[in-house]
Amino acid sequence: MKVLKITGLVLLVALVVLQFISTRSNQSTTVLSTDFAKTYDVPEDVRSILAVSCYNCHSNNTNYPWYSRVQPVGWYLENHIKKGKEELNLSEFGSYSTRKQKSKLKSMISQVDDGEMPLASYTFIHREACLSENSKKRLVDYLKTLNE
Amino acid sequence: MKKTMIMLVLALVGWGASAQHGHSTEGHSNMDTKMANKSMVKSTVEVEQSKSATAIIDNYLALKDALVADNSKKAASSGKMLFDAFAKFDISAQPKSQQKELGEIIEDAREHAEHISENDGSIGHQREHFEILSTDIKDLVVITGADRNLYQIFCPMYNNKEGGSWLSASSEIKNPFFGSKMLKCGSVQQKITIK
Repeated sequence: MKVLKITGLVLLVALVVLQFISTRSNQSTTVLSTDFAKTYDVPEDVRSILAVSCYNCHSNNTNYPWYSRVQPVGWYLENHIKKGKEELNLSEFGSYSTRKQKSKLKSMISQVDDGEMPLASYTFIHREACLSENSKKRLVDYLKTLNE
Repeated sequence: MKKTMIMLVLALVGWGASAQHGHSTEGHSNMDTKMANKSMVKSTVEVEQSKSATAIIDNYLALKDALVADNSKKAASSGKMLFDAFAKFDISAQPKSQQKELGEIIEDAREHAEHISENDGSIGHQREHFEILSTDIKDLVVITGADRNLYQIFCPMYNNKEGGSWLSASSEIKNPFFGSKMLKCGSVQQKITIK
């Protein structure tokens, strides 16, 4: 019984200590010249769709939610962002080869069109990132014009 | 008069394309003429005889066959083998002037192969990557050469009728985008033959 109590206490202390470790590393105030919005002449409305629904996981700057301060949720998020950026980093889009840009545009179109992106696990909490039928169509149609 | 002639020619081209595909013409009714022209193009490109891309071609074709058979699991394992074949491909043995382009092709293609290998159970997603991958493979063999004749086959129905193409070692149509749903949709767009 005593052992259980001690173990519990140690775990509790560990959890509290963990809260002081910040994982919010994906933040940047500079917009690179390779940014998607600088690579193309992106209209304002499309820009704001991208900012709300895509940039948080697919750019060098995440607008972190409050719960990212709570561990281990913060780590989960951080890992998620890392993977997202590996797949597609809109901050560095202009540095991709032409082939890769075309390929990424195609994947962006199909992922958004199929409703695979933004991820359901993300929009579950970030309701504002959900794409309405209209914004989905706007985004897809715009991306298609870039890939002609 | 001129306008009427053009209309007539376009109508003929459109009719030719749908007759050639031999499946429901319903889907072709709003197919634009650009597409009809595209599917009618038949050209030949000659490439060097070479074994340098053999492993890539083998595994790509195995992946294609798995998608034709609607076998997502097999597609995933072939995708993994294709990914490994890209890793083993020796760019430095290729002409210097082509190395940058080849590097870009392989960087892109590897990513698609990786996605296909990781998406067992989601064949639609595998097919999306396969379509882009097919363009990469085509561009690759034009540079590296091939050890067999290949056919680039175009299906006008894929991707909401925007169309997509794939490579096959045979001119017989077996559609990897639709599998059993529309096995015969497609027509040879280009022949890639060994010099």
